[in-house]
Amino acid sequence: MELNTYQQEAFNYQRPNIEKFGKKNMMWSLFFLVWILIGGYALYLQIAKGHIVTGMRDNVVWGLFIVNFIFFIGLSYAGAIIGGVLHLLKVPWGKPIVRLAQMMTLISVIVGPIFILLCVGRFDRLHHLFIYPRIQSPMTWDVMAVVTFFAGAVLFLYMALIKDFAVYRDAKMNIPKWKQKLYKILAIGYRGAASQKRHLIISQNLLAIIMIPLSIIVASILSWIFGMTLRPGWHSTIFGPYFVLGALYSGCGVLIVAMWVYRKMYKLDNYFTNKHFSYLGYGMMVLGAGYGYFTFSEYFTDWFGSAKWDSEVINKLFSFHDYGGWTLFANLAGIVIPILIVSIPATRKPGWIALSAFVMVIALWVKRYLIIVPTLETPALPMQDTRMEFVKYSATWPEWALTIAGIASFLLFFTIISKFVTVVPVSGLEEVNFPHEPHHHHHAADAMKDEIKTA
Amino acid sequence: MKEQEINNDNGRRGFIKNIAIAAVATTACGTLACSCSSKKPVAEKIKLLSPDGEIVEIDSAYLNHHETMSVLSQHEQRTGMAGKKFVMVVDLARCKNARKCVTACQKHHYRPEDKEWLTVKLMQDSDKGAPYWFPKQCFHCDNPPCVKVCPVDATFKRQDGLVLIDNDRCIGCKFCMAACPYSTRVFNWAEPEIPIDIKDLAYNAETGVPAKVGTVEKCDFCPDRAREGLLPPCVEACPNGVFYFGDENEDTVTNGDETLSFTQLVKDRAGYRFLEELGTKPRVYYLPPKDRQFPVERGYENLPDNIKARFKDVMEPGKK
Repeated sequence: MELNTYQQEAFNYQRPNIEKFGKKNMMWSLFFLVWILIGGYALYLQIAKGHIVTGMRDNVVWGLFIVNFIFFIGLSYAGAIIGGVLHLLKVPWGKPIVRLAQMMTLISVIVGPIFILLCVGRFDRLHHLFIYPRIQSPMTWDVMAVVTFFAGAVLFLYMALIKDFAVYRDAKMNIPKWKQKLYKILAIGYRGAASQKRHLIISQNLLAIIMIPLSIIVASILSWIFGMTLRPGWHSTIFGPYFVLGALYSGCGVLIVAMWVYRKMYKLDNYFTNKHFSYLGYGMMVLGAGYGYFTFSEYFTDWFGSAKWDSEVINKLFSFHDYGGWTLFANLAGIVIPILIVSIPATRKPGWIALSAFVMVIALWVKRYLIIVPTLETPALPMQDTRMEFVKYSATWPEWALTIAGIASFLLFFTIISKFVTVVPVSGLEEVNFPHEPHHHHHAADAMKDEIKTA
Repeated sequence: MKEQEINNDNGRRGFIKNIAIAAVATTACGTLACSCSSKKPVAEKIKLLSPDGEIVEIDSAYLNHHETMSVLSQHEQRTGMAGKKFVMVVDLARCKNARKCVTACQKHHYRPEDKEWLTVKLMQDSDKGAPYWFPKQCFHCDNPPCVKVCPVDATFKRQDGLVLIDNDRCIGCKFCMAACPYSTRVFNWAEPEIPIDIKDLAYNAETGVPAKVGTVEKCDFCPDRAREGLLPPCVEACPNGVFYFGDENEDTVTNGDETLSFTQLVKDRAGYRFLEELGTKPRVYYLPPKDRQFPVERGYENLPDNIKARFKDVMEPGKK
């Protein structure tokens, strides 16, 4: 593989990251592993004793697990849409961050479905989904959607990696034999011949074209698991688009945070520039505004109509004796703060944007909780149950442990993948991806001025 | 000869007849021993009422004894009884929350005390409205939201109107529980305690026995009893005749004491279905609690404390 100067520069710069695991990374990985093991113990308890160890009961039949499922799978869909759009529109500044989006897509489509498995009472019978499938169930739609999407996500990331694998293969790096062999296999004989290039780009374009609508479809299907029931707060025509937008928004946030972390960890300031933070920040702002509009529209319609059952849920969400505090947090931190941070020039800086994105991501997790739990705590008939755990959901430690284990495995995957492939793609880089001379280190303020000039 | 007919008919009809006859025989003469494996006449004649209404005399050796929990094929459990359309009418004016229905149901299905397939709620439709007792079992909807969402066909709608569960197939996703607007379904969160005598039985969707961990269960309208020509235990146990059970095709419902025309009853007493506006088309009709036979307090005062606490908010508002 021949590399141009930009590509060579990017490769040389990131080469140590994939040659050595590094002490710091090892420590982090071990830390994540400990949490995963604790989660493993919680899972063992859940299998041995049944779902009684969770906080779920006959009224609130779904809890943290479903919240996490929606959260992670949403990130996945967002990654595919963002990656697909950046690829198809050939946005010059998008090149360095496409891989990050694709990594997020694959990792979260692995972690997300684990949570739905945790929520199933009999995972020894999961094969029933395939031997007795019932097509009219939104759950079956979701199984088909996630499986299809998973395949797409693997291919989408892999296609984009083939050229890089060829680079790693030819680089004669100081790496173990098995790793060298792995690169060789994964590069599937790519040499950069004209026909290979053409086939690859056509496949990538096609995949990008498929992945964008597929993400929208699967995110909508996810929402329909709730939207298709008759429950207040769920049975809403806005739910499909609402989930698509919510997914995109939170995914944009995680992408910003991931960019910030990698930039710090691997000193990638030249590739994840201030400009990237600003641009993704703008994206986050626009998505946040759209998401805020949907949220308002949803609550306002239910509140104004004030049908009995709907009102019960709305009252719980807005009463400070109930979920009011969380609703306030979800909307302040999830909508208002990110928009303000990005729109005020003084705070439109990587650190601030990443911080607001981080807070927003947590707020969106809380929002998913507020979608699931209060509705389930509001059945049509009075509960009249003296068993408090049946009336009010409260997550137990195994549920929290498994949630943290999920987050830890998400982060562990990111750590491990960044030891196999360069976080910034090497092979696709061209001069147009660098509006500024890559060697020249900008002062943040200069970058700001440049940005204003270009804008 | 009548004797031959009864013995040689191996079809399902004959089988049911035999059960019915055996049941009659057991009640008619309590001395009947159960070891009748040999087919040689033992000269002990028993008088029976044949399905045609004739009194016949047969040798006790020719009686076939059947387990009451007969083994139905998967197909029979899923398709249900041809020509039937089970329906229930609940007379809210008669309920005083005696809770006999609840315990009878639990006993029949071998369920523990905290598992109520049939539960009695205390309803108050508006602030000014008087509270009334509201027994609620599965509504066996004709447009069941639970069946719609089941991903593996573990819960299904039968031709006789019943919505049942195959807990050998259920994966425990609980989607049906989330979808049911009536909080009808309950889940086996832990390994259920199962009495020894039913432990080894094959699961029967018509009885819901035995329970299995990680699966969903609910009221089944006791088709096993209907097959024997008996009423569901809740209907039988009710001291006030609150529940009328029957067949919509025959247009008859009975609470054990009186047998009425289903349409006439619903028409005369302004029967309604709970949350009709949801479009689920329940098979349970309620007769409004007008001209009530008991003051609502009668169902509250003598309750055990743990059950009493359920209704405190309504019965003693202001008290905490």
